[in-house]
Amino acid sequence: MSIGLDSYLVVAGLVFVIGFFGVLLRRNTLIVLMGLELMLNGCNIALVAFSRYHATPANPMMEGNLFVFFIITVAAAEVAVGLAIIVQLFRLRQTVMLNELQLLKD
Amino acid sequence: MTGMSDILFYAFAAITVFSAFMVVCSRNPVNAALFMIAAFVGAAALFALLEAFFLAAVQVLVYAGAVIVLFLFIIMLLDVERTRALRPALVSLAASAAALGLLVVGVLWLFAWEGAGPLVDARGSDAPAALARNFGYELFTRYLLPVQVTGFLLLVAMIGVIHISKRPARDTAAESKGEEANP
Repeated sequence: MSIGLDSYLVVAGLVFVIGFFGVLLRRNTLIVLMGLELMLNGCNIALVAFSRYHATPANPMMEGNLFVFFIITVAAAEVAVGLAIIVQLFRLRQTVMLNELQLLKD
Repeated sequence: MTGMSDILFYAFAAITVFSAFMVVCSRNPVNAALFMIAAFVGAAALFALLEAFFLAAVQVLVYAGAVIVLFLFIIMLLDVERTRALRPALVSLAASAAALGLLVVGVLWLFAWEGAGPLVDARGSDAPAALARNFGYELFTRYLLPVQVTGFLLLVAMIGVIHISKRPARDTAAESKGEEANP
């Protein structure tokens, strides 16, 4: 295993950045939600990489791994609630595009 | 052995990053959801390379299984038309430009000027996260309260989803509650 911690961090950062720009630039609410998931996933990769590379027998560094576990759980709940909101929004407005959802602005 | 795991790392990293990029770029939400499966499986493979096998399994089960199925189900249910190419709003473009600038400055700071300091590699020979036993032990001793809180959060989310998914109040409130209904 000669891959360093920095390689994993680069992958995590790239996934996070891709998700971030997806959230900012895409108009489709479903894709925005997927971008949020990608951001969480990038964080998870970084957390697992850090806790693996810092794990010693004296300090097993399980905190990062457990945090990833909780993030996955909370992300699943978040997706469920977000998709329910999107379904309800589609019922009311017949669209999922963010540029057409401007009720508060008008 | 070492060369093999290097090749595997580069392959799975490429799959993860490329699929993540395609998720954000696809016009069709179904394609985006399918690319997201590849991205999540690639991330799970990276977890496995980091010897966090339990997390890799959870990632595949929860993300690539449940979450993507939910996404696909909703996409099919809504029958969203193929999205047209839209110019993002001005405020989004400004925010992205600012974020891109900060990103470039940050990367330059990391790699050109100051550096991030030495990244320690203090790995022991055995990975604690390889065993699901370690997860269970920590979850039910030190992290018992967070487990309970997360379980309660899942309950709250479930009740919230059921409540949100009901028909809008304006349909049912009028006939079922009469004039007491307060819109």
